[in-house]
Amino acid sequence: MVRLAEIDPGMRAFLTHYKCPPIDTHAWSRGPNLSERRVALISSAGLRRRDDRPFDIGAIDYRILPMEKRDEIIQDHTNASHDRTGYLQDLNTIFPLDRLDEMAASNEIGSAADYHYSFMGATQAQALEPDVRRLAGLLKADEVDTVVLCPV
Amino acid sequence: MSGIAHYLEDEGLSTVVVALVREHAEKMHPPRALAVPFMLGRPFGEPDNRKLQTLVLRQAFALLKAEAGPVLVDADVPELDNTGEDVWVCPVSFITKREETDDVGKRVEREIAELRSWYELGVERRGRTTVGLASVTVHESAKLIARYLSEPERPDASDPVNTTNSLRWWASDLKAYYWEAATAQPGNDPARSLENWFWKETAAGELLLQLREQCMQHRAEEVRDIGLYMGGDLECQHYVESWREVDAS
Repeated sequence: MVRLAEIDPGMRAFLTHYKCPPIDTHAWSRGPNLSERRVALISSAGLRRRDDRPFDIGAIDYRILPMEKRDEIIQDHTNASHDRTGYLQDLNTIFPLDRLDEMAASNEIGSAADYHYSFMGATQAQALEPDVRRLAGLLKADEVDTVVLCPV
Repeated sequence: MSGIAHYLEDEGLSTVVVALVREHAEKMHPPRALAVPFMLGRPFGEPDNRKLQTLVLRQAFALLKAEAGPVLVDADVPELDNTGEDVWVCPVSFITKREETDDVGKRVEREIAELRSWYELGVERRGRTTVGLASVTVHESAKLIARYLSEPERPDASDPVNTTNSLRWWASDLKAYYWEAATAQPGNDPARSLENWFWKETAAGELLLQLREQCMQHRAEEVRDIGLYMGGDLECQHYVESWREVDAS
């Protein structure tokens, strides 16, 4: 298991001191059996379609990633400290849309959402709250009940 | 990611966080989190490993069965070696050597030409490319970086916001082009080896290091930041220096 003590000393220093203010919503949402769930992915990798608006430094907004446009997804994250060589060979290394599709085809999950989303990370969570709550409305409109949050 | 999970859960959606930094999940206690032992930038393991990517998703979904939370579980997945420094050999061998010209811009132009067939092979095999943050070709990106190095104060570079976005997109496209070319053939290409090859063995890496140095001296903070974020290891070194005093206290 990788722990902070085992990763690059620079990133360890940064991540150790990175502020993580607690959010005490204590919310807990149940759902149907996995084989009936509709699943969306949300990334913090600054993913966007090639022809979509760029992310600005410190951006707190999100981009919509239609399943059918997955081959147009590129990473617009400002930081260079995380690996990109995996993602450029295979998007599923950071955003496993193909795997989700396969699990839907084999009825492990109910279905994969038509739309998925990305923020650009390295932002304090509280700043994202208004956009995340708006995004929840979009997800529910797509009948999504389950979200996998994918870091980078 | 953990903060987003709290808000979505509060809106009635079930969430699972895949956590690369377990310590952050411990602090933020999202409702459900699966801690994975992979390097930053590879939350689902490694490229073209369908079995491992599916395994991570299955273990994440398994947390949905919990009756109450927060739940934080370590993933039961194999350890991966991303270094491979002793075994990896780049399939690309440049014809143009440094002794032929000191003009790094010209050497980058030649490297791009020499890599073209490898890059196109990779695009054909994968059916996609990650090049394209900038609205110009990779060849033009390299030329624009070289021009910025020689004329950092030209009129169209006076706006820090436009300058920073352009610089990081040109640099990102250049790196993506090289790495896609170097990984065009199927097989395991360790992340650390690919990083070392780009920064230590290519003229493009040399060009970006020069660009980084110049950005770090710029009067505008936005441009200095872009220099800071241009090279992974160098960015990490900055963090070491930034936090040394904090660690000592």
